[in-house]
Amino acid sequence: MTTDESFASVGAGSTAWTTGRIITKDFPAPHLVRLRMHVEDRHRHWPGQHYLIRLRAPDDYTAQRSYSVASDDSDPLVEFLVERLPAGEVSEFLADVAEVGDLLEMRGPIGRWFRWDTYTPALCLVGGTGVVPAVAMTRAARHHGRSDLIRVMAVGRSPEALPYAEELAAAGAAIVYTRHPTSARPPGPPTRAEITPLLAGTQLAYVCGSSRFADFAETLLVEAGLSAEAIRVERFGVTG
Amino acid sequence: MPATRGFFRRRPDGPAGRLPPGQYDVGGNWPVLTAEVTPRIDRESWTLGVDGLVDRPTTWTWDEVQQLPRSSYHGDIHCVTTWSKFDVVFAGVSVDSLLEAAGPDPRAEFMIAHSSTGYTTNLPLADVTGGKAWVVWEYDGRPLTAEHGGPVRLLVPHLYFWKSAKWISRLELTVEDRAGFWERNGYHDRGDPWLEQRYQGDP
Repeated sequence: MTTDESFASVGAGSTAWTTGRIITKDFPAPHLVRLRMHVEDRHRHWPGQHYLIRLRAPDDYTAQRSYSVASDDSDPLVEFLVERLPAGEVSEFLADVAEVGDLLEMRGPIGRWFRWDTYTPALCLVGGTGVVPAVAMTRAARHHGRSDLIRVMAVGRSPEALPYAEELAAAGAAIVYTRHPTSARPPGPPTRAEITPLLAGTQLAYVCGSSRFADFAETLLVEAGLSAEAIRVERFGVTG
Repeated sequence: MPATRGFFRRRPDGPAGRLPPGQYDVGGNWPVLTAEVTPRIDRESWTLGVDGLVDRPTTWTWDEVQQLPRSSYHGDIHCVTTWSKFDVVFAGVSVDSLLEAAGPDPRAEFMIAHSSTGYTTNLPLADVTGGKAWVVWEYDGRPLTAEHGGPVRLLVPHLYFWKSAKWISRLELTVEDRAGFWERNGYHDRGDPWLEQRYQGDP
């Protein structure tokens, strides 16, 4: 792995706990909640970074999870997309209980590896709710007038399972549905023939999605000729 | 900070005294969180080296490392992403056995664990000696899978799990503390879950 030392020095230093207020809340799909928040004493963030959201019970019991930021740094609010997981202690609260105006404990931005520097040509190969960092990168690229630098292939089972699909498609992303036919392609996973042209001229690939998706995406990228060192991965999910 | 409106404790504490602050019991699951492409490493070509500030830099093959005294860990593990897993069983060899063969120089105070992917993590030598750390290739009686760091990973269960480097290939002893991969990318240098040493700037 190559670690770009210049990355490590940008945004160095620690972040403290602060508070965020929910300004808007909506449900792009029944299992997805989108929160746009005003964060006190906000630090600048890179696309690809995440925040912690911490909930505190009256007995001081706490639960915290990390969520990728969907918004660009130029956005006055910080946007998160949260998947409501069954028995998900934090995600169920955010989906079902939290209301506009509520204050939440927050900490961020965090993560100096899975982030885009806004000038390196890169490909995002993302799946399901793993699209969120690709959304932030796309928005940042547009803000910097360099939409040519970020290419996105977003993969989902169906339109309902792929948040931000319309926004990404409008920005030129390749949208792949594995179980839903479109006029552009039959259902099925992305192929090497589809990914290879997207890799031309890129220096880095960002993979984000479930563990199963990440396995698939890593293999596809390496088989398409990208070196493992050029691939940054953010995977989530569990095994038995 | 004040309580979050409408939020109440929903989870039991887990076994008494065994859940560090801010953690939850993941139960039978074992989350996979990595930053790199999962390498597929062949046992036949895998080696483990101990070098740096040692008297006898030593490299073991898979067969050779199997001949070292077998040692196992039965207990809990804690990930900085807030899951904890209770009563896991790993087997392999104690880091003490490896260091004994290589003969640490008395000046060595830190260890840098290197993975075959290039991942590194730094540890005070005091955190990996005295029966506190292992190099393991079995989980729950079965070979450790690639996604969990197989064939061989480091295990330092009293620290957050990013210190338990997957796909371990080399242990380097040093005088100075050189930040590893996550430590350069915002995480704490030591990572004690009981002190919640998650990120830079934590106590």
